[in-house]
Amino acid sequence: MTQKSPGPEAFLPLPAATFHILMAVAEEDRHGYAIIQDVAARTGGELTLSAGTLYRSIQRMLEQGLVVETQERPAPELDDERRRYYRITPLGAAVAKAEATRMAKLVKWARALGFAPGKA
Amino acid sequence: MWFYRALLHLYPSSFRSEYGEEMCAVFESRHSSLLAAAFEVLSNAPAAHWDILRQDLRYAARTLARAPGFTAVAILVLALGIGANTAVFSVTDYVLIRSLPFPSADRLVRLWETLPGYREMELSPANYRDWKRMNTVFEEMGAITTFAVNMIGEGPPERINTAVVTGNLFTVLGVPPLLGRSISSSDDRDGAPLTAVLSYGLWQRAFGGDAGVLGRKLDLNGTPHVVIGVMPPQFHFPDQETELWTPFEFPESAYEDRNNNYLDGVARLRRGVSLEQARADINVIAAQLRRQYPKELEHAGAAVNFLRDDEITDQRRLLLLALAGAALCVLLIACSNLANLLLARALARQKELAVRAALGAGRERLIRQLGTESMVLALAGGLLGVLLAGLALPLLTKLVPSLPISGMPSIDFRVLGFAAILTALTGIGFGVVPALRVGRTDLTGLREGSRSGGGRKAGLRSALILAEVTLSVVLLISAGLLLRALLRVQSVDPGFRSEGVLTLETALPMPKYDATARRTAFYRRVLSEIQALPGVSDAGYISFLPMAMGGGIWPVDVDGKTLDRSENHSASLRYITPGFFATLKIPLQVGRNVSETDAGDRPMVAVVSESFARRYWPGQSPLGRHFKFAFLDRSVVGVVGDIHVRGLERNSEPQVYLPYQQQHDGDLVFYSPKHLVIRASGNPRLLLPAVRRIIQQADPEQPIADVRTLAEIVQADIAPRTVQVRVIAAFAALAFLLAGLGIHGLLSFTVSTRSSEIAVRIALGAQPRNILRIVLQDSLLLATAGVILGVALAYAAGRAMQSILAGITPGDAATFLAAAGLCFLMTLAGSLAPALRALRVDPITAIRAE
Repeated sequence: MTQKSPGPEAFLPLPAATFHILMAVAEEDRHGYAIIQDVAARTGGELTLSAGTLYRSIQRMLEQGLVVETQERPAPELDDERRRYYRITPLGAAVAKAEATRMAKLVKWARALGFAPGKA
Repeated sequence: MWFYRALLHLYPSSFRSEYGEEMCAVFESRHSSLLAAAFEVLSNAPAAHWDILRQDLRYAARTLARAPGFTAVAILVLALGIGANTAVFSVTDYVLIRSLPFPSADRLVRLWETLPGYREMELSPANYRDWKRMNTVFEEMGAITTFAVNMIGEGPPERINTAVVTGNLFTVLGVPPLLGRSISSSDDRDGAPLTAVLSYGLWQRAFGGDAGVLGRKLDLNGTPHVVIGVMPPQFHFPDQETELWTPFEFPESAYEDRNNNYLDGVARLRRGVSLEQARADINVIAAQLRRQYPKELEHAGAAVNFLRDDEITDQRRLLLLALAGAALCVLLIACSNLANLLLARALARQKELAVRAALGAGRERLIRQLGTESMVLALAGGLLGVLLAGLALPLLTKLVPSLPISGMPSIDFRVLGFAAILTALTGIGFGVVPALRVGRTDLTGLREGSRSGGGRKAGLRSALILAEVTLSVVLLISAGLLLRALLRVQSVDPGFRSEGVLTLETALPMPKYDATARRTAFYRRVLSEIQALPGVSDAGYISFLPMAMGGGIWPVDVDGKTLDRSENHSASLRYITPGFFATLKIPLQVGRNVSETDAGDRPMVAVVSESFARRYWPGQSPLGRHFKFAFLDRSVVGVVGDIHVRGLERNSEPQVYLPYQQQHDGDLVFYSPKHLVIRASGNPRLLLPAVRRIIQQADPEQPIADVRTLAEIVQADIAPRTVQVRVIAAFAALAFLLAGLGIHGLLSFTVSTRSSEIAVRIALGAQPRNILRIVLQDSLLLATAGVILGVALAYAAGRAMQSILAGITPGDAATFLAAAGLCFLMTLAGSLAPALRALRVDPITAIRAE
C-alpha cells in the first residue's frame, strides 16, 4: 500500500454504534455478546445493540482498521469456540478520542447558548 | 434456533460465513424472542447487502474507469442491443399488445358479414337490425360508418373526417363525454334534430376549447348540426383521424336492401361470453337469415373479431414479429460478444482476482464483484439504449396503423419497464457465465505463474462466437429475403404511371351538388382551367384513387343471367371524366374512352378493364356487349389495361369506369368524382398554388384535402415493408459487425496465448502459410459451422415469414449464397489482423518472455 492512511479526523463523526463498540473494547478484548452486554450496562439499558447492527459495524471497523481480531483466547473452561474476540487498534483509540473531543466541543458550544445542563 | 439459522440466510453469504456462528451464539445467550430476531434480521440484512454493494460499485467504477476503451465498447454494444429491442417493443406493444383505452376493452368486438373472397364486409342496416335483435351474446351492439364532410365553421371551409354512429355506440364503448352529452338513442331516430359530438382535438382547434360551444350550430355539408358534447382527449374511434360524430337516421327504406353494406358493427360481449360463443351465436343467426332471404344472402356468412385484433392485418403482425425477432438476435449477439470480452478480461485479470482471493475474498464475493461490474455495464448500456430507442422511434412509425389509441408509440412507463427487465436479463446473460467461470477456477494462477492456457475458456469463447456467426447469418439471410421481396413488390406494375402526377380531393358536398348538371359545371370549369396551366399535360377526376381506396365493389350481372355475389362476379365502380386515363397513362386497348357526349340522356356506356372483358367474353369482342351494373344496363364501349386498385400486393377486382355525366341526380352520391389528378411535365407539387386558386374561384366554400403525389400514394402502399426492410438490414449489418469483432477478438486471444508455440514452430522452420493455417483453421471452422447452423435456422425463419415474402421462396438460393459468402468474407476480415500478428511473432522475443 503506497496510499497514506487517513488521520483519525477522516472517520468523524462516528456512527453511535461504532463509538460504543470502541468504548466496549477499550479496556479489554471482548467477544460480540460481551460487547452488547457492556454497551447495555454502560448505558443503563438505554442502548441494546442487535446482533446484526453489531456485526455489520464490526465488519466495517475491521476493514477500516479500528479493531482487529485477536488470537489470544481465555481459559478453555471460560471459552466458547464459536466466539471471536476483538481488540482496539491504536487508530481505533485515536478515532475514539477524536470523536470524544469533537462531542465535548459541541457540548461546550451548546452550553454557552443554554442548550445543555451545567454552567456556561 | 433453526429458525434463526434460516433467517441468517438473508444476509450476504460472506457475512454469514464470517459472523453467522457468533450471531447464533449471541442469539442463544440472549434468549430473544423469535419475533424480535426476525425483526432484527429483516432490518439489518438489506443494510449488510447495501454495504457490500456500495463497496462493489466503487470498485467496479474504478475498474471500469481504468479500462475506458473496453467500457466504452461494452456500453455501446449493449446500448445498441437494448435500444433496438426497446424501440421495437414500443411499436409492438402499441400495435399488438396494449389494451385499447376503453373500459373492459377485452369484451369489445367487431362484426362483419362475409362472402366468398371477402372476409370482412360491412353490414347492411337490415342485417344489423336482425343481428342486434336476435343475438344472445352481446350486452350492447352498435354500428358506425366513417366519411369525410365539408365543415364550414368560423375559419376557412375544412374537410374533416367524421363518423356516423348509432345512438348506443358510446354506450358500447363505455366512454363518457368530457362536456355535455354523447349521442344517445334519442338522437338516431328518423326526424330527430341533427346533433354532433366533437373530438377534443377539433374542439381545441376549431373552437379554441370554448366551453360555450354546446348548443352552437355547425355547418356540415351544408346542413346545420347542433353541438351537444365534447369527448375527452384520449377518446378516438374508430381511428385517430375521426374528429366528429353524428347520429345515424335510418328511414324505413334503409332496411329494404340487404346488399347495401355500409355499417361497421361494434359490440360488447356479455360478461363471461367467449369470442367462440359469440361467433357460434352470430353464425346461427346468419344461417337463419340465409334461409329466410335465400336470394340476397345466398353466400353471406358472419365474422366476429376482437376489436383489438381487427385493424391488424396478418402482414403487419408478421412484419412486426419479424422485426422483434431480428432485434432479439441483435441483443443475443451483443450479449455473447460481451460475455466473450468479459471472459478475455477475466483471464487478463486472473492475477488481480487471485490476489483478492489470497487476501480472503471468498468465491461468492468475487462472483458478486464481477456480477456488479456486469450490472453497472448493463445499466449504463440500458440507459443509453433507451435514449437511442427514443431517437429511433420516429423512424418506425410507418409500421403503425391508425388505431383508436392516443398519440404514437413512445418511451412510456411500460416501455421503460420492459427496458429495465431487459437490462437486468442482459446483465445476467452476459455476466453470469464469465463470473461463474472465474469463481470455479481455483485461482492458482498466482502460484503457477502466468502460463494461463485456459483451454476450457477458449472452448466456451468459441461456442459464443459460433452463436454470433449463426445469428448474424440468420439475420443476413432474413434481411436478404425481405429485401428481395420488397424489390419484387416494387417491381409490380400498378397498371398506371405514378410519377409526375399531383392528386388532391375536392369532395362536393350534398345536397348542394345533388344535381349532376351542377357537378358537371364544376368539373368542367376546374379541369379546363387546370389544363390551361403551363406544364400541365392532362387532368381528370375519378371517384376514388387506386390504392387510396380499395372498396366500391358492385355485383355484375351479364346477359340477363343473375350471377351470385361471389368474388368472381363483382367489379369496382368508378365514375371518371374523359381526361382520367390519359393522366394516369392507363392504355386504351380497344374501342373508345368515355367522352363529354356520354350525357345522362344518352345510352348508358362503360369502359371496362381487360380482365373484366376476358372474364365475361373470353375470346370475343367485348364492344357493344351489355351487362347490368349498379342498377342499370350498360354497354361496353372500350377496354383499358388493368390496374392495382387494392395495392401492389393484393389482387384487385376488374374495373368498370362510367362517364361522370351518367351519374343521375342524387344517385350513388358516394361515388361522385372527388379525386382530382393532374399530370405535370415538371415537379407536380409546384402546380398546387395555381390549382388551389382555380378551385377557390370555382367554389369559395369548397375545401381541398389530401394533397399528395400519386408516387407518394404508391410508396405509402408499401411503406411498412420498406421501413421493416431498412430496419432489419440495419440490424443485420450491426450483427455482422459484432460477429466480425468477436472473431477478431477470439483470434487475437488465440494468437497471444499461443505465441510461444508459434515461435517454436517458426524457429523450427515453419513457413508463413503453416502459421496462417494454424490461425485461420479455427476461424474458418467456426465460420463454416456458423453458416451451416445459420442456414438451417434462416430457412425455418423464412418458412415462418413466407406470407410476407411476396412469392420469394424461403430457400432462395441467391440470398443464401450471398449471405454465406459475406460471412466467410467477414471471417477473413476479422482474422486478418491477428493472422498478420502471428506472422510477425519474433521467435527470440517470444521464447525469452517465457
